[in-house]
Amino acid sequence: MNAPFQSIVTPASPRIMAERPMKIAAKDVNIYYGDKHAIKNLSIDIPDRAVSAFIGPSGCGKSTFLRAINRMNDTIPTCRVTGNITIDGRDIYDRDIDVVQLRAKVGMVFQKPNPFPKSIFENVAYGPRIHGMSQNKTDLEEIVVSSLKKAGLFEEVKDRLNAPGTGLSGGQQQRLCIARAIAVNPQVILMDEPCSALDPIATAKIEELIDELRQNYCIVIVTHSMQQAARVSQLTAFFHLGTLVEFGDTDEVFTAPQEKRTQDYITGRFG
Amino acid sequence: MFVWTIVASVVLTIAAFLAGQSRAAGMRMSGGVALHSLPSYHGMFLAAGAISGAIVAAIAAALVIGTQSIVMPVAAVVGAAIVAGVLYPRINGEFRARNSFERFILFVLIACSGVAVLTTIGIVFSVLFETIIFFREVSPLSFLFGTQWSPTSTPASFGFIPLLVGTFLITTIAIVVAGPLGLLSAIYMAEYAGPKLRSTLKPLLEILAGVPTVVLGFFAALTVAPLIRNAGESMNLAVASESALAAGLVMGMMIVPLISSLSDDIINAVPQSLRDGSYAMGATKSETIKRVVLPAALPGIVSAFMLAISRAVGETMIVVMAAGLAANLSVNPLAAVTTITVQIATLLVGDQEFDSAKTLSAFALGFVLFIFTLALNYIALRIVQKYREQYD
Repeated sequence: MNAPFQSIVTPASPRIMAERPMKIAAKDVNIYYGDKHAIKNLSIDIPDRAVSAFIGPSGCGKSTFLRAINRMNDTIPTCRVTGNITIDGRDIYDRDIDVVQLRAKVGMVFQKPNPFPKSIFENVAYGPRIHGMSQNKTDLEEIVVSSLKKAGLFEEVKDRLNAPGTGLSGGQQQRLCIARAIAVNPQVILMDEPCSALDPIATAKIEELIDELRQNYCIVIVTHSMQQAARVSQLTAFFHLGTLVEFGDTDEVFTAPQEKRTQDYITGRFG
Repeated sequence: MFVWTIVASVVLTIAAFLAGQSRAAGMRMSGGVALHSLPSYHGMFLAAGAISGAIVAAIAAALVIGTQSIVMPVAAVVGAAIVAGVLYPRINGEFRARNSFERFILFVLIACSGVAVLTTIGIVFSVLFETIIFFREVSPLSFLFGTQWSPTSTPASFGFIPLLVGTFLITTIAIVVAGPLGLLSAIYMAEYAGPKLRSTLKPLLEILAGVPTVVLGFFAALTVAPLIRNAGESMNLAVASESALAAGLVMGMMIVPLISSLSDDIINAVPQSLRDGSYAMGATKSETIKRVVLPAALPGIVSAFMLAISRAVGETMIVVMAAGLAANLSVNPLAAVTTITVQIATLLVGDQEFDSAKTLSAFALGFVLFIFTLALNYIALRIVQKYREQYD
């Protein structure tokens, strides 16, 4: 089509596909910001209960595509999405889909930790409250505690659940945001460079957490760090100039990439 | 002689700048001396000295001899020349002109803020002293707790309660009108309206804030008050031709743009990342605004309200025209009432002797008004500190 960079879709390798059922499927997705064509004819199948990493140079569209999966792009007036993205076989851009329910099912963690200016407890209780997930206070407390435990934060904050969430350290804030996302019981968790504002120790903790979470969730992570992609993900997708260049087992993408552009990028010879 | 003083000072300041700059530049050119500061900093240092000298000398001359004599400009010239002359030899390679000039700027900034603070303190004290004189003639207890206000009758009575109640009543009506209107229109402008609509709507609202209060006053008296009276009569209610309701309603309209414009700025300052966080949890727009944006903006919104209340409490013109001068002790919004500011204005309008209890009572009213708004601000500050949700 619009050469020279045609979208080449490499299906995920049979090994990964056989092990895990498919969760998210995108077909011929195009995303525009006004006149800017940010994502070009992108198709990808993302499996459940695995970590898929999106890598690529800045401005390649990986965050844009990530935000399309829970329709966060809806908040940008000039943004337009065509093609279709399905989760469990249901088109998320269908008219019948309620964005509120979609986002409850597809949680998101942002680049910069963004806890609400409320107490630690209220931060985690926010989602369950707006979705009416608890009948009484005991229920709510249970959800909050179990979410904090799953996010590996409970031991550090159990004595100060009423302290403001903004008073935590950067790494703790990010884990609080993960706990907040987990609290509404999502199936998919999208992470947009979750460690880029954190120091190496906090990063290691988040990576450990991501590895635990993949037992139960479909996780998609955008990262600028190729080491991070190699450490935490089972599948890696390489984006370039709005197209998906290569998608496959992380081991294979990093050791034997099929595309020259991928090889150039991961060996640092790009641009 | 003022003009000549200013001309002389400016000329000497420029001359000092050029002299300092060229001396420093000359040193670098001829001797190859490494200067600590750029030549222009040496110039500005000397200019700062010259203008300080001119100002001090001119003020001194004006105080001693007066502003009419030729002495003032001459003193300015001499003062500038002396200071510049003393400082001129200090210019050499090692001299840190940049640091000295920075200190001079700091001093100027401190002096400017000092003027504002000192003026406020001066006003408070001058009002306080007159108030003390007033309280020698009228007992503070009968002033603060009296329910009769008739300063012109004989014997005069200075009971402050009717004025306080009147002020309170009208301000309350104004805030009840303006609070919801202002806040909700701010939420609409900040969160829902497109950028294009917002950029038209906001200036339009601000035009309302620019209408002089005299105009709003006769609008209240000639349009709103009769409307309310007619409406009241049709419901068989006794409505005074000048009512607290009319004044309060129009005053409310006056402070709507104040509240909406300030709140709009404050809501816009809440980081987008917080909204994104909330949307990503599956919150709707109104849930996000109610549970995340407004709590984060609360301190600012409260201070916008406080500013609006202060405006309302201090507003005089609308009340004079629309609510009347009768010091009735009433909380009925349909009755005619009066406020503290209106009484201050009527007490001091025209030729007055400044030692009668009648005139002095205006100062007492002013002082109480000041304490009142101060207390209000303090309470608001405490509320904000207690409930604020700090976002960074």
